[in-house]
Amino acid sequence: MASHHFDHIDRSGSVSGPPSPGDYAFDRGFRGIAWLSAVFILALVVYIIIEIGGKAWPAITEHGLGFLTSTTWNVQTQEFGILPEIWGTLYSSFLALILGGVFGVAIAIFLTQDFLPNRLAVIFRTIIELLAAIPSVVFGLWGIYVLIPLLRPTANWLHEEFGFIPFFSTSLSGPGLGPAALVLAIMILPTVASISVDALRQIPYKIKEAAYGMGTTRWEAILKVMLPTAGSGILAALVLGFGRALGETMALAMLIGNSNQISLSLFAPANTLAALLASSFPEAGPVEIQVLMYAALALLAITLIVNAIGLAVMKFATRKFEAER
Amino acid sequence: MNATPEMSAAGVASANAPTGNIVMDCQIDKVFYGDFLAVRASTVPIEKNKITGFIGPSGCGKSTVLRSLNRMNDLIPIFRFEGKVTYHGQDIYDKKVDPVVVRRYIGMVFQQPNPFAMSIYDNVAFGLRLNGFKGDMDERVEKALKGAACWNEVKDKLKNSGLSLSGGQQQRLCIARAIATEPDVLLMDEPCSALDPIATRRVEELMLELKEKYTIALVTHNMQQATRVADTTAFFGVDISQGSRTGYLVEMGPTQQIFENPREKLTGEYVRGEFS
Amino acid sequence: MSVPELTVELNNRNLEPVQRRLPNLNRAPFEIRALKSGFLTAITWIVALLASVPLLSVIYMLIMQGGARLDWEALTALPPSAFEQGGGFGNAIIGTLVMVGLATVISVPIGILAAIYLAILDPDSKLAHSVRFLAKALTGFPSILAGVFVYAVLVVTMKTYSALAGGVALAVLMLPTVVLAAEQAMMMVPKKMKDAAFGMGCTRAQVILKVVLPTGAPGILTGIMLAIAGAAGNSAPLLFTALFSGYYLTSLTEPTASLAILIFNFSGMPYDNQLELAWAASLVLVLVVLVFNILARIIGRQKY
Repeated sequence: MASHHFDHIDRSGSVSGPPSPGDYAFDRGFRGIAWLSAVFILALVVYIIIEIGGKAWPAITEHGLGFLTSTTWNVQTQEFGILPEIWGTLYSSFLALILGGVFGVAIAIFLTQDFLPNRLAVIFRTIIELLAAIPSVVFGLWGIYVLIPLLRPTANWLHEEFGFIPFFSTSLSGPGLGPAALVLAIMILPTVASISVDALRQIPYKIKEAAYGMGTTRWEAILKVMLPTAGSGILAALVLGFGRALGETMALAMLIGNSNQISLSLFAPANTLAALLASSFPEAGPVEIQVLMYAALALLAITLIVNAIGLAVMKFATRKFEAER
Repeated sequence: MNATPEMSAAGVASANAPTGNIVMDCQIDKVFYGDFLAVRASTVPIEKNKITGFIGPSGCGKSTVLRSLNRMNDLIPIFRFEGKVTYHGQDIYDKKVDPVVVRRYIGMVFQQPNPFAMSIYDNVAFGLRLNGFKGDMDERVEKALKGAACWNEVKDKLKNSGLSLSGGQQQRLCIARAIATEPDVLLMDEPCSALDPIATRRVEELMLELKEKYTIALVTHNMQQATRVADTTAFFGVDISQGSRTGYLVEMGPTQQIFENPREKLTGEYVRGEFS
Repeated sequence: MSVPELTVELNNRNLEPVQRRLPNLNRAPFEIRALKSGFLTAITWIVALLASVPLLSVIYMLIMQGGARLDWEALTALPPSAFEQGGGFGNAIIGTLVMVGLATVISVPIGILAAIYLAILDPDSKLAHSVRFLAKALTGFPSILAGVFVYAVLVVTMKTYSALAGGVALAVLMLPTVVLAAEQAMMMVPKKMKDAAFGMGCTRAQVILKVVLPTGAPGILTGIMLAIAGAAGNSAPLLFTALFSGYYLTSLTEPTASLAILIFNFSGMPYDNQLELAWAASLVLVLVVLVFNILARIIGRQKY
């Protein structure tokens, strides 16, 4: 390092000097490992995909795309299909989205549109954050011993009275799609709520002023101005909430019944990709593991796509306001 | 009001022959930000133990030139410097020179006070520790704080965060931090613009004391400040004759001459406040 | 007519004063718009209160059921088998702490270093953009897939389930949170402070280590606390990496118990004893998660 050119300057009393060779070496080394760490993360994701994909490959070549549409799961005859699980994953997440999404957005409105004095708003925000902190297994436990017994009488009544409607076509004996979706809704509610709160908070104050200035009632302002303006942000919240629901494992494994069937009934047991992995993996033989890896790949693909869409929507949403500034 | 084609054709305005030791000689051919020519040919010598003031309307490149003196502009990726800046005879823009080293010898005080999020003591000691000083740290910190005229105010609260001080005090802390290592050149980029008039006065008095030991180059948008503290003044103008705003040195000389008897018409108009 | 005549004529007409209709400014709570608004407000309040119900129910169960069983024996004894009475989950507590600790030790350095690259060294590079995107996409990564991945990579090669594998799986899940939080914290350090450090002649490493990291520390620590809270509660990745064990952990290369898996296993058992322990373990787990969440909030409140 030709950096000691300035040694000849008379600087009595001055302390300044160039960095030592050790300093330079450390700087280069430090920047190097920072770069390596970034590369590591990229490589890790690629490795995860390759590893799961690689282990799944024999199963992919063996069963092809029929795997995704078949409903049999028979270890003896080597016939596997995950359509029931794909169905269960999508159906349960969709139900959870409807309930959790509506509640989440409603709560976001509740928190941001001046319904509560500040202190109460903080308390309520804390409640929602506590909800997010409760681990999945604990929700599963609660679901089995509190929610399902609670739901059973109502569910069976609905089944008796309205059994002709496909949603109520079976009775609720134990685990089932409905309770699982309900718990799932509770679990994604905080996600949807907090992203929606951010979206609503981003709205420039002047837009709120304009609405109220025209004499709208509170709800007219909310429904006609605030929600549409925050529209893409809220959409992002819903998509990301959906993504979270898709990946949720434990509570579903405990509540959904692990039954490989497809049914519209809210009270029938079902299965999801994640729950399938959770329950079958431990005792799976080598062939079954390859098949399960294929299922894992399917789950990975679905969640990555949904999350990518959610992120893209969110980026679009924030860009809308940045253009204005 | 900007340069007319005849004036720009007159070429580089040169300073009156400097009387003192030239510590830094800034000889700019062209300075670019990407494709934008920010400053064209200008020569700005900086003399030892004097305060050289850079004045001029906004966009004239005075800050760009100042920051080129310690290669701070290198932090901007699209910045390009064509020319030479000699420091004690050596070109700091030579390919072999490491800007990190340059900045060890040439200190800078910025427009916005920017103490570190550490104690007052640690702020001042930062440069000392950075350069591997092994002597009496307390003594040097005290010396620097006294040199920056804030020792009495902070001596009982050296452990407090630097951010807990008022704006003016923070700026003096930044000056103390810069002079702790006793660099021989101190660059000050509009150091008083974020301060109230009283704090400004104190910093100006400080500058007059500091110049006995240090060489100071000062950018200021306040002409009166230049008359109060600068020994030599460099006036920069904006040339729009080529379609974009390019800065250049119009005239440089002893402050009194620049303000009372400028050679260039443009200088006269600026110092009389006819444009800003 | 002449003007005077016209004037008399007009004055004689009984012109009614123009009655300006003044707007009625009073509240009209039974008007349709107001009714709709009030109705929706009522619904929103109901929704908000309904959302609190599950939380309150869970807390109630944890305290009542879990609290009833939480005692010294529960915290230190080993898990009971099928028809045993008594017992506890001491090994599960240790297992959880060890694996979360391991995950932290792995994910925090890598996460912070990567964040340094993203926030300071080369924020606009393709590498930075891709890593940032992946980190955000990975926050929704299904936790079970981390378990599947680590199974394929570690459990199979080591030919054993292990606490190490469990810790690595948790680290994979913690990494995105740590990276994103650290990057955020470092970007919030004011540019002028970084300028000051450069101005003093710091190399890039020195700017980062002497100024950016200390200043951004509260934000980084908050992110770490939140990541730990999330990892502690995560059971799916441990299912086939750490598996479970009825004994205290003696080595990192053997399977170990964890609170989350214990709850999962015991919740499916038809024995009251195990069920009570499941609730007690849930209480402990939620308390651990809560502590870290609160720590995160306290640290996050401190600005440099």
